[in-house]
Amino acid sequence: MYVSQLQLADYRSYASAHVVLEPGISTFIGPNGQGKTNLVEAIGYVATLGSHRVATDAPLVRQGAERAIVRAELVKDGRTALVELEINPGKANRARLNRSSATRPRDILGLLRTVLFAPEDLALVKGDPGERRRFLDELLIARAPRYAGVRSDYDRVLKQRNALLKSASARFFKQRAEPDLSTLDVWDDHLATAGAELLAARIGLVAELQPLVAKAYGELASSGGLPVLHYRGSAWPEGTEVPADRDRLAGLLRDALVQARPQELQRGVSLVGPHRDDLYLRLDELPAKGYASQGESWSYALALRLAGFELLRADGDDPVLILDDVFAELDAERRRRLAEHVRTAEQVLVSAAVPGDIPDELVGRRFRVQGGTVERE
Amino acid sequence: MYEGAVQNLIDELGRLPGVGPKSAQRIAFHLLSAETADVKRLVNALVEVKERVRFCAICGNVAEETECRICRDPRRDAAVICVVEESKDVVAIERTREFRGRYHVLGGAISPIEGVGPDDLRIKELMTRLSDGQITELILATDPNLEGEATATYLARLVKPMGLKVTRLASGLPVGGDLEYADEVTLGRAFEGRRSLEF
Repeated sequence: MYVSQLQLADYRSYASAHVVLEPGISTFIGPNGQGKTNLVEAIGYVATLGSHRVATDAPLVRQGAERAIVRAELVKDGRTALVELEINPGKANRARLNRSSATRPRDILGLLRTVLFAPEDLALVKGDPGERRRFLDELLIARAPRYAGVRSDYDRVLKQRNALLKSASARFFKQRAEPDLSTLDVWDDHLATAGAELLAARIGLVAELQPLVAKAYGELASSGGLPVLHYRGSAWPEGTEVPADRDRLAGLLRDALVQARPQELQRGVSLVGPHRDDLYLRLDELPAKGYASQGESWSYALALRLAGFELLRADGDDPVLILDDVFAELDAERRRRLAEHVRTAEQVLVSAAVPGDIPDELVGRRFRVQGGTVERE
Repeated sequence: MYEGAVQNLIDELGRLPGVGPKSAQRIAFHLLSAETADVKRLVNALVEVKERVRFCAICGNVAEETECRICRDPRRDAAVICVVEESKDVVAIERTREFRGRYHVLGGAISPIEGVGPDDLRIKELMTRLSDGQITELILATDPNLEGEATATYLARLVKPMGLKVTRLASGLPVGGDLEYADEVTLGRAFEGRRSLEF
């Protein structure tokens, strides 16, 4: 698949922009702060309904404007689809497909699939567990959009359960009154069911990623070392291998919730479940976080993204590859190897501050980005 | 902004569910140009609904006497109770003409975010009704969303020791619809709840 047109209105620094794209490699060159990343971020937004840079939608709207509009034309197997998203911070976003009346934004998920490499990716290795959970969930949703529903159901249960825990613990501490726990069992049940579905999918995904990450890392890194992925669940003891079986996982969650209950009541939050888990990354025997060098960490992060790309590709359709300013972070050898790896994708979009950052393998059509305008050279 | 009375009316109408500022304005000007008699009728209807309508002492449904029409009806099956969240759900089920038992209106669903717990719903009243031994089946017809499901699970656990037959409304495909238009969750539920065809 590829993006054939991108139109922006009041998106970040762009009052309006219209870019016509083709399959193959396109590069966006321009000094920093001129809007290169905003362009690829918008494409990423159409794919994931979220930005890779910020957690909320408000910064995506140009200052002084009320809403931002992203319009993307996609071509898949020779057929085109037009996706329009209206980003309304603080209100519900709206989506249209092929100019037909409003669709739920969630229904847009899965139409465009992207794999985005960005300087922020280093956080996959060095950052908090939340970064790695997001990596897994986004990949799950790109492969099967129904997981967006699974994820939001889980979040809803979690919110309800946390609200209950919070009020129960407040009552206990302020009034020394015995909290009413009769409904907590019910929420435990729902958390276990919804959580087990998400867990099973994540664990299955990690198993599929493992060989792909090892292979990609071997090709990118010069130093050797074997990356090992391990899903670290909050509901079972460290180091246990748990099969991706929903009933079994629901049972584990239930037991863990019983054990954690006194602590949960004291702190007023849910301490067990997929929202507390981590994807533990090792390099040989050592944890990547804290032990891997800067270069190794970069290779690891890129290997995770590449593995995601291979997985989506194996499903039958090339995702759009976006390389946002990553080459500046890499040494010449890693640049060349990464370029070698991605150049075969149906569409590759690359952004860089100076043309020299882009390896020769990836020189394609060139766009100049300056002061909120995009021009083909 | 309009002057005094008109603006007051617009503000009051705007407080109603489903009425935005534009609709409130339209309704207000419609009322202004309407016949006095028509407006009086509306006013009477509003006053009357607050004065006359009460909640049924047995089931919690809206009623004009101490007990609602359904609870007073001797032809209704007293052994089956259908639990719903709101009075409007009673009306929806009555339209089917399939159900001949009686109702129990909870007045909402369990939702800690909104501060609604079991004590805020008419659950004690339900337990009292169930304890007289006449009732053999309890149908849980709360909404098929998270809060409704949680309320149903809670009730099912609560009445389990009483040994009643407890059932939950099925969820699945809409009748007369197309399979391809069903969302994944509904379709998944329909698969879970599939039944064998027997001849």
